[in-house]
Amino acid sequence: MRHRRPAWHVATVVETRPETPNAVRLVLDVPTWPGSEAGTHLDVRLTAPDGYQATRSYSVATSEPGRVVLGIDELPDGEVSPFLVREVLAGDELEIHGPLGSYFVWRPGQSGRPVQLIAGGSGVVPLYAMAAAHAAASDPSPFRLLYSVRTPAYVYFRDELAALAGPSFAVDHVYTRQAPPGWDEPAGRLTRDSLASTTFAPHERPRIFVCGSTGFVETVVAWLLELGHAAHDILTERFGGL
Amino acid sequence: MSLTTRGFSGRRREPDDRLPPGQTLVQRWPVLSAGPTPNVHTDTWDFVIRDEGGTEHHWSWDQLLALGVEDITVDIHCVTHWSKLDMSWRGVSLDKLFENVETEDAYVMARSYGGYTTNLPLEDLLDGQAWIAIEAEGEPLDPEHGGPARLLVPHLYFWKSAKWIRGLTMMPTNDSGFWEQYGYHLYGDPWKEERYS
Repeated sequence: MRHRRPAWHVATVVETRPETPNAVRLVLDVPTWPGSEAGTHLDVRLTAPDGYQATRSYSVATSEPGRVVLGIDELPDGEVSPFLVREVLAGDELEIHGPLGSYFVWRPGQSGRPVQLIAGGSGVVPLYAMAAAHAAASDPSPFRLLYSVRTPAYVYFRDELAALAGPSFAVDHVYTRQAPPGWDEPAGRLTRDSLASTTFAPHERPRIFVCGSTGFVETVVAWLLELGHAAHDILTERFGGL
Repeated sequence: MSLTTRGFSGRRREPDDRLPPGQTLVQRWPVLSAGPTPNVHTDTWDFVIRDEGGTEHHWSWDQLLALGVEDITVDIHCVTHWSKLDMSWRGVSLDKLFENVETEDAYVMARSYGGYTTNLPLEDLLDGQAWIAIEAEGEPLDPEHGGPARLLVPHLYFWKSAKWIRGLTMMPTNDSGFWEQYGYHLYGDPWKEERYS
């Protein structure tokens, strides 16, 4: 897939549904959307009747020409995300600009090296896009996702991730506040040891994509380096810029 | 093109003519970076300006500070739509570093520990427009924010203010740096909304 120039598009909301207790899944019909690579993001721009505008960036969960799916977390004290999570209805039109970003991107067929995805909370959205692209392309690279999330109710794309899991894609969850009944680990933060035991080892030379809050990314990447992964194999994306 | 969004009024606030188009005011300081935060120590820190003849001008941390650290108060505009006004910084003006550098080249590639690069016209780094910043808001720069030292070029989008700066290489043409190769604007003027190429 070649680089596509970002451009403005008019998107029509075709479906909005709760994704977690404070996140929504928006399915957008965008006739002019060219499709985008897994891991890219886009800007959503809202315009008030008096011309006031607010723009925020969101990762793309899945995209094909003409269609975009977003997973949007409501930020406390936010301006755009509360509107997208609570106010938007099917049939509404939104302006989007993209696709953006071709660095934090996974492309099928690049190498046979394993790919380790590490997500904190809503940081799973671009990583889910990569896992879905991996399955859609039947790419032979082994994939793993380590997903740190506060409780089972906060898991994004639960059914889709379960459906993707298989011989070439393993999913491990870490529940930081409340684990599901019968879970063999108590709830608690990710540790260096549990990171080491649920991710590809350094000698397997995985390419690693980490996405989450700044605190999560800083902590996880420092451990990855201590465990022996090479800095240039680690790509990061942080949310919560606004 | 501007489509009114049904039901959106936005957070009511006074219009601020210090905010470039598409920007939103923040109080906290968000972090964005493409990879691991490099661990850079001031005792081994080395800053180099390399000219077209291959001559290298080096400064250690202490030599940098000896050039004179000044107080700077500027507005910061990030391409991801946040702006932070009246940030207080301390740093060394690039005018001082370029004082004895002879160059005909019009462009500079800023290079960072960790491999990040970004391109700028030389004239945007001179005449009191750019610094090597070592403190922000009264504290030494955190590693996440580019410490111990980052470039500070506040009149351009903040990705031009390279974190973990280690040097500047003169170049005759405006070659693309890291984000510029990934579709971001070659220059990045926030007032013209030069976000993407």
